[in-house]
Amino acid sequence: MKIAAPIFPGSSGERDIIYAIEEVLQESVTPVWHQEKELNQFDAILIPGGSSYGDYLRPGALARYSPVMESIAKEAEKGKLILGIGNGFQILQEAGLLPGTLLRNKQLHFCCELTTLVVEQTETPFTNRYKNGEVISIPIAHQQGNFFCDERTLAELKENNQIIFRYQKNPNGSIGDIAGVCNKKRNVLGMMPHPERAIADWMGTADGAKVFISMLQHWKENGHAA
Amino acid sequence: MWRAKIFVTLKKSVLDPEGEAVKSSLHTMGYSEVEQVRIGKLIEVQMRVEDRETAAEKVKVMAERLLANLEIENYRFELEEVKA
Repeated sequence: MKIAAPIFPGSSGERDIIYAIEEVLQESVTPVWHQEKELNQFDAILIPGGSSYGDYLRPGALARYSPVMESIAKEAEKGKLILGIGNGFQILQEAGLLPGTLLRNKQLHFCCELTTLVVEQTETPFTNRYKNGEVISIPIAHQQGNFFCDERTLAELKENNQIIFRYQKNPNGSIGDIAGVCNKKRNVLGMMPHPERAIADWMGTADGAKVFISMLQHWKENGHAA
Repeated sequence: MWRAKIFVTLKKSVLDPEGEAVKSSLHTMGYSEVEQVRIGKLIEVQMRVEDRETAAEKVKVMAERLLANLEIENYRFELEEVKA
């Protein structure tokens, strides 16, 4: 599986992603600069966290118009696997590839802690190795992770089973305790918790590894198609 | 040359934790009459365009594509001509 990690000015999570993929999947990740226009050769795209463009205007708002985003939209359309973590989630929302918006945390604090999540859906390329309803520990580290969408969108997300992860104890005010959602086609996932920082016992939890193992499993079984 | 002042504000349905925090500070300072505080952004854009209509058209597109997130924000703008 060929994996790209697009890097924007201000991204900081790519090293964690590269390390996690090497450790968990024994695969290498190609970092690509945000000026890149063609990602056709990759099977999966992992958008790291951080503060692209210093979170100016709104997190993800400026990154969304970087040249690489056009190719990400194109690959998403083809059914390639795309995972946005933290700021990567915010970028995918600003680009219109995922629903909702992430607002400032309700209590204004930067939240940096281990959270427990419920895996709500296992019929996705990103969660097929988890058990339905499994409770997992994954850390968060964000100031703007408060998931918001209007009531109609929320109803749609529920109806289409697009809510993939929920917080067991809501840390930031997210509507419906939402921690991660996917698109309708289920090949694009965004999540605020960081699975790449939860892949070994010495990290405090290895529960995030199965996100990447699931992706590899899906790719082996389906090739490109989501 | 035209200058646009674009005011971006959170929609009523969206909680503004920053505004809430400022409100509570104002209360602490003794301004008990304060009922609501909402925080928004003021963005100034100066453009080399000939007339008001062109400026308005451009600002509208800029606001909807980038300056505001219409899922959570509203915007309005004012235009003034800038003499060189």
